[in-house]
Amino acid sequence: MIAGVALALLLPLAIKGFFLFQLTLALIYAVAILGLNLLTGFNGQFSLGHSAFYAIGAYTAAILMDQADVAYYWTLPAAGAACFIVGFLFGLPALRLEGLYLALATFALAIATPQLLKSTPLEPWTGGVQGIVILKPEAPLGLPLNSDQWLYYFTMLTAALMYAGAVNLMKSRTGRAIMAIRDNPIAASAMGVNVALYKSLTFGVSALYTGVAGALGALTVQFVAPDSFTFNLAIALFVGLVIGGVGSIPGTLLGGLFILFVPNIAEELSKGLAQAVYGFILIAVIYLMPSGAAGLIRLIVGRTARSRSQPVHFETASRSARLTRETPMSSSTSGDENAK
Amino acid sequence: MRNDRHWLMVAAAMAIAALATAPAAAQKKYDPGASDSEIKIGNIMPYSGPASAYGEIGKTEAAYFRKVNDEGGVNGRKINFISYDDAYSPPKTVEQARKLVESDEVLLIFQSLGTPSNTAIQRYMNAKKVPQLFVATGATKWNDPKHFPWTMGWQPSYQSEAHIYAQYLLKNHPQGKIGVLYQNDDYGKDYLKGLKDGLKGNMPIVAEAPYETTDPTVDSQVINLKASGADIVFNVATPKFAAQAIKKIAELGWKPVHLLNNVSNSVGSVLKPAGFDNAAGVLSTAYMKDPTDPTWKDDPGYKKWSAFMDKYYPDGDKTSTFTVYGYLAAQTLVAVLKQSGDNLTRENVMKQAASLKGLEFDMLLPGSRINTGPNDFAPLKQMQMERFNGERWELFGPLMSGEVGG
Amino acid sequence: MDLFLHQALAGLATGSIYACLALAIVMIYAAINHLNFAQGEMAMFSTFIAWQLMQWGAPYLLAFVGAAAFSFVAGIAVERVLFRPIHKAPVLSHIVLFIALFAILNSLAGFIWDYNVKSFPTPFGSRSLFGNGLVSSHDAGMMGVAFTMLVLLYVFFRHTRIGLAMRAAAANPESARLAGVRVGRMISLGWGMAAAIGAVAGIMIAPVVFLDPNMMTSILVYGFAGAVVGGLTSPGGAVFGGLAVGIIENLAGTYIPYVGRELRLTIALFIIVAVLTAKPSGLFGRAIVTRV
Repeated sequence: MIAGVALALLLPLAIKGFFLFQLTLALIYAVAILGLNLLTGFNGQFSLGHSAFYAIGAYTAAILMDQADVAYYWTLPAAGAACFIVGFLFGLPALRLEGLYLALATFALAIATPQLLKSTPLEPWTGGVQGIVILKPEAPLGLPLNSDQWLYYFTMLTAALMYAGAVNLMKSRTGRAIMAIRDNPIAASAMGVNVALYKSLTFGVSALYTGVAGALGALTVQFVAPDSFTFNLAIALFVGLVIGGVGSIPGTLLGGLFILFVPNIAEELSKGLAQAVYGFILIAVIYLMPSGAAGLIRLIVGRTARSRSQPVHFETASRSARLTRETPMSSSTSGDENAK
Repeated sequence: MRNDRHWLMVAAAMAIAALATAPAAAQKKYDPGASDSEIKIGNIMPYSGPASAYGEIGKTEAAYFRKVNDEGGVNGRKINFISYDDAYSPPKTVEQARKLVESDEVLLIFQSLGTPSNTAIQRYMNAKKVPQLFVATGATKWNDPKHFPWTMGWQPSYQSEAHIYAQYLLKNHPQGKIGVLYQNDDYGKDYLKGLKDGLKGNMPIVAEAPYETTDPTVDSQVINLKASGADIVFNVATPKFAAQAIKKIAELGWKPVHLLNNVSNSVGSVLKPAGFDNAAGVLSTAYMKDPTDPTWKDDPGYKKWSAFMDKYYPDGDKTSTFTVYGYLAAQTLVAVLKQSGDNLTRENVMKQAASLKGLEFDMLLPGSRINTGPNDFAPLKQMQMERFNGERWELFGPLMSGEVGG
Repeated sequence: MDLFLHQALAGLATGSIYACLALAIVMIYAAINHLNFAQGEMAMFSTFIAWQLMQWGAPYLLAFVGAAAFSFVAGIAVERVLFRPIHKAPVLSHIVLFIALFAILNSLAGFIWDYNVKSFPTPFGSRSLFGNGLVSSHDAGMMGVAFTMLVLLYVFFRHTRIGLAMRAAAANPESARLAGVRVGRMISLGWGMAAAIGAVAGIMIAPVVFLDPNMMTSILVYGFAGAVVGGLTSPGGAVFGGLAVGIIENLAGTYIPYVGRELRLTIALFIIVAVLTAKPSGLFGRAIVTRV
């Protein structure tokens, strides 16, 4: 653990800017996936639309820097706040939608976002199809770091805060309420949990995480355009979520690394059929670890240390059962036998 | 007058520079990516994703560099062409550009495709002072040497092409009413702006019908154009949608004057699927020889291209204009590298790219030449109008260049 | 008024495209109780098979039957090879496999047949009906085919033992198994049928939108929307939903001022989501009773 942190901190001094840039992006995607995971993994709501929140975060940051000369570090809370509000509001009508229908609603959001971003009424702010080019932040206080290194540390710090926040949230009373809704909404409501409020709040928090990631992404790429936030991004975040492990906080880091690096590996293997190779890698990974990396680790830990008391983690038995048999993708009947 | 003097001074300065560097030319100078044995060229193409049809351009270029290498390379150096996929997603373009510049250490990036993707990397490339040469997009903004001295376009700009149509319409159909079908992005809007600027308000645009690349068909847009009372259609659509529009217009029994943007003037991938009967009478412009046009059957330039395709890219589509495009762009780069001699620094390559004088290539229209200068980063400017006669394009009128300042 | 009628008719024609694919979506939903994101790509691949058969000189009918038969077998094979081994994995993992299948088929089709658009023949001709070119004979033929498939599906699910067994297997595998239904076989059969319907859909759609590896990506969006709005359990609802989406989209694009032209799809999706919040299981879907 400490070695890992030390490695992460010292790495920038040893590697090329380009690789650092990739690591920064992977970390940003990890935070975005964490946002998605809070919603899907911990609250049982399905979303194919998180590219929209990523886009809103990115555009909030870019517009603030471009039009109002706001310092880059202030754009993160602004992006988070904007996304929280949008996510919360979107969560309200989404309350009425379950499973596949919620999937369609979020899917619609993902498809609509690029079109809205370039629409004429918003063009004065978003720059329309041309997008917005922004400046890369420089290291403060005369630190001897180039902008890639500084951005890496800045992202690292932000991500660390956000991960700590997520862990604490899930350990808290609120977190238990959020997970209770996932495991059994009716029982949760019987125990006095305000299901509607918590579901909308979770939507908001999830959007906040992804939005902050979007803002960091805008700073790193130095450019936002509608084409950057298509449905493919939502798909990538989803893949990262499942590969890392639904309901696992550390798994999201792996998910971020996966969606950034594996397509590149696929391209190395075959130029013409890169996408096909990527597809086969996905299949192989799912075969090897059907419940993602976190599921695999859980399995190994479970086998080797069955008798010992389990460390604190969030994957309760009933959740695994639920996501195995009834998932947010299937309509609400099939799995409710669990609850009978 | 001022311009002329400026030009003279530049010419004089260049002559002096040429004299001064003549003895030094014997000395070899290299930047990253160049050596005695090879020149590394980077490239970014959408091999996957929504724009994957354009990937054919990158494949043709790779094939052409294989041919150059087989024939001994450029000034004895082999070209190492490294081409990556960005799936037409700007963040991925940035990643791939940085990989090319910082990890693969290419001398320059050549023909990266797409306006948003190139916009995403333009500032990076200029900050790093790495040439972003002959970008594969027709946006007008690539001809801006003052602000972006390391970025250069290649093909005639969309706006200057639209100017040519405006001139044509003002002359031949001054009483007409125009309806525009356009893709709702930078490319479509650039054409629309060019047309409006060229018309200078002398002809009305009665309907603008944008479509999204996510639309399955453009039927609804075409119906709205017809309902608007337009009798001239300006079709600014990519191949698939352009073909749909041509077909739909014919099905509606509507016979407007139909101007088709150059992006979609490929006989093989647009007019043939749309139906030759439906496409008869469509007008467009060209700057390259159309490979399906029998006029060029015995043309030596065409034969060379055809032989190249057979030998180096047999899977490539010989009816598609993309393969001609890639071939010509690759030839332009080879010309720049040849001209750079043994001084393969990024600065010199950019300087040579900005001093191409009267280059003629096999597959350019006869009489068309590539010219650049320190203030002119638009290599190709000349186009000629053409009319589809139901079987093939027929060129008519003079070679023209739309007047769009850079 | 004229324009209204024209746009509505054109919307109906486009809507029948969505309806065709929506039927395949309903079919797979009936078998596995969730959606297949690769459905569109499977249909696209089947259409290429038909095209290839015709390139090799097969007559239209043979290519049609050949592609449908191939797709039926391939659908079963995909289920057996790809999904059977991990049928115990969480459904979210299944969705990743759909995404993988999507990527593989799209990339493979581009590799084999390249990305240029190709024209695809129609057996119905493209004459204009009613003389105004709004509904072509192909559009009418496509609607006829969609309607025929709809009737066949209806009969299959309502009046054949095997159709009933399939529904039982999807809705409640445990009980179905106890009642003697071979659940695994039903799922395979569902995959095969969905793939075959997809092939027919693709063959009907390709003459309108042209054939290329990306032809289905956007249509799938509309097909999903149509199927979901109509109710995923109802083939009739899916066809209705597909047609409705086509018409709504055209009318929104034409009549909503200022933003309508640019945001056609967005507005259509917004309307759909609004409908869903009012009627959460689709217009014609069976209401789901939850037992506690």
